[in-house]
Amino acid sequence: MSSTATTIFAPDMAPVAARTSYVDKVVRQFTIMTIVWGIVGMTVGALIAAQLFWPELNFGIPWLSYGRLRPLHTNAVIFAFGGSALFATSYYVVQRTCHVPLFAPKLATFTFWGWQAIIVLAAITLPMGLTSGKEYAELEWPIDLLIAVVWVSYAIVYLGTLVKRRVSHIYVANWFFAAFIITVAVLHIVNSAEIPVSLGKSYPIYAGTVDAMVQWWYGHNAVGFFLTAGFLGMMYYYVPKQAGRPVYSYRLSIVHFWALISIYMWAGPHHLHYTTLPDWAQSLGMVFSLILLAPSWGGMINGLMTLSGAWHKLRTDPILKFMVVALSFYGMSTFEGPMMSIKTVNSLSHYTDWTVGHVHSGALGWVAMITIACIYSMLPKLYGKKEMWSTRLIDWHFWTTTIGVVLYVAAMWIAGVMQGLMWRATNDDGSLTYSFIEALNATYPYYAVRLAGGLMVLGGMGLMAYNAWRTVRDTVRIPVIAIPEPA
Amino acid sequence: MTPGHSIFIIVLTVANVAGAVWLLWWMRRARGQTTTLTETTGHVWDEDLVELNNPLPRWWLWLFIITVIFGGVYLALYPGLGAWKGTLAWSSRGEHDAQRAANAARIERSLSRFAALSVADLSHDSAALNAGRNLFLNNCAACHGSDGGGAPGYPNLTDGDWLWGGDPAAVAMTIAEGRQGVMPAWSAALGNEGVDDVLSYVLGLQGRRVDVGNPQAGAEKFAQLCVACHGADARGNPLLGAPNLSDPVWLHGGSAPAVRASIADGRGGKMPAHAGRLGETRVKLLAAYVLSLSAPADVTVARAGAADAGADTR
Repeated sequence: MSSTATTIFAPDMAPVAARTSYVDKVVRQFTIMTIVWGIVGMTVGALIAAQLFWPELNFGIPWLSYGRLRPLHTNAVIFAFGGSALFATSYYVVQRTCHVPLFAPKLATFTFWGWQAIIVLAAITLPMGLTSGKEYAELEWPIDLLIAVVWVSYAIVYLGTLVKRRVSHIYVANWFFAAFIITVAVLHIVNSAEIPVSLGKSYPIYAGTVDAMVQWWYGHNAVGFFLTAGFLGMMYYYVPKQAGRPVYSYRLSIVHFWALISIYMWAGPHHLHYTTLPDWAQSLGMVFSLILLAPSWGGMINGLMTLSGAWHKLRTDPILKFMVVALSFYGMSTFEGPMMSIKTVNSLSHYTDWTVGHVHSGALGWVAMITIACIYSMLPKLYGKKEMWSTRLIDWHFWTTTIGVVLYVAAMWIAGVMQGLMWRATNDDGSLTYSFIEALNATYPYYAVRLAGGLMVLGGMGLMAYNAWRTVRDTVRIPVIAIPEPA
Repeated sequence: MTPGHSIFIIVLTVANVAGAVWLLWWMRRARGQTTTLTETTGHVWDEDLVELNNPLPRWWLWLFIITVIFGGVYLALYPGLGAWKGTLAWSSRGEHDAQRAANAARIERSLSRFAALSVADLSHDSAALNAGRNLFLNNCAACHGSDGGGAPGYPNLTDGDWLWGGDPAAVAMTIAEGRQGVMPAWSAALGNEGVDDVLSYVLGLQGRRVDVGNPQAGAEKFAQLCVACHGADARGNPLLGAPNLSDPVWLHGGSAPAVRASIADGRGGKMPAHAGRLGETRVKLLAAYVLSLSAPADVTVARAGAADAGADTR
């Protein structure tokens, strides 16, 4: 790596000069918690995958039942694992690309503890069955309020840092992080508008179809901004850094950024095809989802082409392998998504495990793999080390994750298409050709394959935790990294 | 949709897509067309982060344009732009109605050959039994089980024991019009002890003994309160759906506590009516299939043939 930032070791771990060194403690905290929450969230995922295969695994205990653990899994992997990764990398990247320390470091510390408190509250309330019933927005109103406060604080820290930057041009990664932070604030506040009836129960202020549309406007943009724009921000810093190559095309990044964030906003109705949503809204959702294909691929092209000229490094650097595969899964998922939004395809795929496979090719293939790569790249630097304790273990992690994700996604594709075909088949006498239980029986073997794939991904996270522990455990003094002068 | 709302949607949609296309075109032309693999934009961040300014890949540019053209064509043909209905005048309601009509015609064709046959005839016809089996799995299996074996509160259809009568007409009537079974609660009238007495009498009919109650006292109470429905010999009455209490078939469970609960708290059962939903022919097919579940061997053979034929057509 070519970074030449001066590292100064302070005897008492206090910053030598607050204004000239990075505020990295909060980055370290979020980085470690990314690994911890990744393992927790994926463990819950593996448990509920096992429950689909062995339904007795809830032991008759209500708070271990599938319906309560499933939202715990999604919240833990998206908001605890993914969220912590986004906090860590955005705080790291914005300081380094603006050549200034974080604005309002105390507020940044608050965002860490606030976010952790939200996660713990989610882990308590969801198994208790307290839920608003909105997918990816299940948490009840007191927690929603806390999320709003923490998120606005995050925006102040991030945008404040951006405002006091010492370089005139804003680096592309920061466009994506800023769009992600601002939009998620709007999405969360609008979709969580609800009337409390007790401490643990509220009802949305929207009703019927309007409520469904607001929910999926939120839900799809949570994918678009939380899981896409935010992680593209990560990609735009760590891929060129790790490859030691310039970003491929500045103008491509401009076009795909503006096209992506404006067009994503319209795509939500494709979650409500063939429902009571008016036809015109369904059509617009489908058309904008299709137009979204090229802007989405812009990020993949820029990432992969940045690596051209550095392909030989793939032989020795498993972090780059993670990045290449992550970008490939990103391209695959953002092709699959527009295809599934076509109404004819959707009438087959909707409500089947194909959707589950699509989500996981994005969430594991893209989000988790780019996160893992960025953490392997960043963690040693945060602790004054040159690299991770074991490159070989990273390689093992890469292969277990890649094979695990492929098993998972392929199993769900097959299961989903099969379910769609079985559910829609009818006899000439008007009866369904297959009863529901027959389709479930046919899906059963694929649930086993999915569980195996998920366990491989989880096992890889175990390797990562061990590798991270060996990397940081003998750290005597936490480095204080001086901010280089802007070029 | 008001005209203002419609215009708002159209303007917002067109402006967003046109804006993206304008940006695309502008950036395509910007700063020359040469591939500049070595020349950066001149900005440097974090010591070594720089950007090249390569032109937009041609294939990507055309991918973008093609999706926009497709979107434009689609929105001309289908509803989407505000109140514009699309030149095809397509609507999801229209598509639903058309599919429903086509399906109804298909069902009509396939059922017409069974329409004139009696339930008894149908129960010897393997094609009819196959259709009946499909209908059973779709409409009946949720309560009665996919094998017709029933569940507590939902009669077993394979044991030859019939609450409302087992001749073809009665079974068809049960399916078509539904049934409402009511066992009143007797705890108020009998008291705790009285319930125990009746329990010991009723179980005694099958030679079973319980440690509570006096069967003689139970017999007296039975003669006063229960015979109206269950009959003096306790063999039940299919006109009322009153079960035979002298055989070991129990709809709500035959254990002493379950029978006691039936006497004390009463029971209710509801078989929904299907004539309106399925029509006469399909009710007959279902009756034939249901009767075949407890029928003698010749019918069972026909049913087995039907199941095989069904498996082959999968």
